[in-house]
Amino acid sequence: MTKFKRPSGRKLDEPRKIEAEAGVIKKADGSARFKIGDTEAYAAVYGPRDLHPKFLQNPKTGILRCNYSMMPFSGDGTRVRPGPSRRSKEISMVTEKALTQVLDLKDYPNAVVDVFIELPQTDAGSRCAGICAASIALADAGIKMKDMIPAVSIGKIKDFLVVDLDGDEEHLDDNEAADIPIAMIPSTEEITLLQMDGIISKKDLKDALKLVKPSLIKIAEVQRTALKKKYEVEGEK
Amino acid sequence: MSELIAKDREVVVPGQIVAKGMDFLPSQGTYRNKENVIANRLGILSVDGKVLKTMPLAGRYMPKKDDTIIGKVIDILVSGWRFDINSPYSAVLPLKDASFDYIARGADLTKYFGLEDYAIVKITNVTSQNLVDLTVKGQGLRRLRGGRIIKVNCHKVPRIIGKQGSMVSLIKDATNCKIVVGQNGWIWLQGEPEMETLVYKAIKLIERESHTKGLTDRVKELLNNKGGKK
Amino acid sequence: MNQEIKDHIRNSLKKGVRLDGRKLDELRPVELETDVLSTAEGSAKVKFGDAEIFVGVKMALEKPYPDTPDDGVLMVNAELLPMSNPEFESGPPSIDSIEASRVIDRGIRESKSIDTKSLCIEKGEQVWSISVDVAPVNYDGNLIDMGGFGALAAIKTARFPEITEDGVDYHKRTNKKIVVKKLPIPITVCKIGDSLIVDPTEEEESLIDARLTITSLDKDNICALQKGGDYPLSMEDIDAMVDLAMKKASELRKKLEAL
Repeated sequence: MTKFKRPSGRKLDEPRKIEAEAGVIKKADGSARFKIGDTEAYAAVYGPRDLHPKFLQNPKTGILRCNYSMMPFSGDGTRVRPGPSRRSKEISMVTEKALTQVLDLKDYPNAVVDVFIELPQTDAGSRCAGICAASIALADAGIKMKDMIPAVSIGKIKDFLVVDLDGDEEHLDDNEAADIPIAMIPSTEEITLLQMDGIISKKDLKDALKLVKPSLIKIAEVQRTALKKKYEVEGEK
Repeated sequence: MSELIAKDREVVVPGQIVAKGMDFLPSQGTYRNKENVIANRLGILSVDGKVLKTMPLAGRYMPKKDDTIIGKVIDILVSGWRFDINSPYSAVLPLKDASFDYIARGADLTKYFGLEDYAIVKITNVTSQNLVDLTVKGQGLRRLRGGRIIKVNCHKVPRIIGKQGSMVSLIKDATNCKIVVGQNGWIWLQGEPEMETLVYKAIKLIERESHTKGLTDRVKELLNNKGGKK
Repeated sequence: MNQEIKDHIRNSLKKGVRLDGRKLDELRPVELETDVLSTAEGSAKVKFGDAEIFVGVKMALEKPYPDTPDDGVLMVNAELLPMSNPEFESGPPSIDSIEASRVIDRGIRESKSIDTKSLCIEKGEQVWSISVDVAPVNYDGNLIDMGGFGALAAIKTARFPEITEDGVDYHKRTNKKIVVKKLPIPITVCKIGDSLIVDPTEEEESLIDARLTITSLDKDNICALQKGGDYPLSMEDIDAMVDLAMKKASELRKKLEAL
């Protein structure tokens, strides 16, 4: 079997260049920007705050509410219509589930923590970038959480497992390209987001989960560094 | 062998291992996962012997009994007032705690506090579900007339007040402004317009650089230059 | 807002002092970056102090309207994203976002600064449709002025994608740009008490008695107006507001001319 060369020249297990920054939205209680390649996500946290309508309130704990949205000019092709779509609603839901498992909102009965994720530009992997940004923003907001949540996709193109598919790679193999977005709790190695489209063998799936782990751990480090940097930069002024 | 991984006073973040081994004990802001003690919120690590905890750097104000805070009237109830206290939870000032005078049932409550009025109040009780009660009976507690309100991160309030009120006194003396700092991050000030601007700049400087050394000197410098240097 | 606080702030303004130390007719520090987004044909990031927005331009081929068969289409849309401010909620566009969209749109459209004929590919069949979207990241007042400024920057630096047999290839950008003939810049002058200010923060916006957005093309000509707020304006107010707006617009216009 010949070696597969990624269009970007990256190694098979190498994610794109990552930038992360905490505290980028002054009006928010917590915020972050997370950029991986040409996919960029902003996240703002508001809350805990009063939750309306009242029937959504939970007297035992605060709840997390996520909202994923692409800016109209962030798509690969034509303009994305603003407002919710079936796709954005589903992604909001899985984002919520990916993050909520590390949060402890018991101190905030009846309240809500709102997370708004907006992507100004995308080039595949947008839900993972959104989760990464949201995770930093939640920590920046001082929310109790037992760990960061890093997320990245792993895919299979032309019989090769590759980490962090970009847009070019998504279009390479129309027949059997598989794309698996994954989020993980680093300290326990439990998976909190797992989706896939495409076709993959049982064995490849197992290998993929192993292959992607170092990238997730690396992303969690980037997330933590971003948070610390906010306080270093201020200190130097 | 137990080992401290992070340093005392270091900024730690969720998921960061701050110590390994069973000799260290997790406390507020940290938890144990097998051998490791891990931070579970953004904060400054405090190592107190074997006990590891973190002091929060961010997060909304959570009401605590005996805190003196600034609130804003958002509703007038049958038997009191509802206040926004810059927290996820609103608070109630009952009639009996609103004045040393007797307030009869059915009296016009707006005579005491009207909608959107600000007041410096004290928290008398917080229940498990975060129902909050207030009083204005006590020294310095009152309706705040005129002036303006500025908002800061409530975790920076101790630095803004300073040791025994030294920082806020410094600002008051330099600007001749009246300043009332609420534990909840709302600050009321009243003075000459240019001086209010100077107070605002000084407070924003402290908020931004609260955890750095030589802060008092930088605040002094700002106040001496009348904030004119950009 | 509480009347006593309102009076207090009005009093400060009367003495020419704003809380952040600016003069009444002073903009916050303006930062402009263009071509910041890979997916938009044109883009700009604009900061006025802590207020920050993205503006993106997307282009598509569409059938022209039957009554204007050889005119391309230009549309401006602004959203008050709930990410950008705790006061904004998810849901259908609020009246404030619709107003901002329409005022920015009107300035560009009525000035005829973009030749819609030049956007025609084939009369009656195919024209370029240009969508300009304004998306605040951190909302701290003055969206119309920031959006109008950013929209021009994004339009001016946008490049058309390549047209292929299958339609548009968004991955290939040509060097062809939109012809921008004039630079219509909106400036909103706000009346608070007896004082006139520009570039209000969110707090200042909440105190406005009346405002007037004046979109000007150069030092002499105006192409759009929008009065807002609950109180009327005197003739003298309008004179002063127009003068101030046109002076401020020329400051911003210089930044756009440099692009």
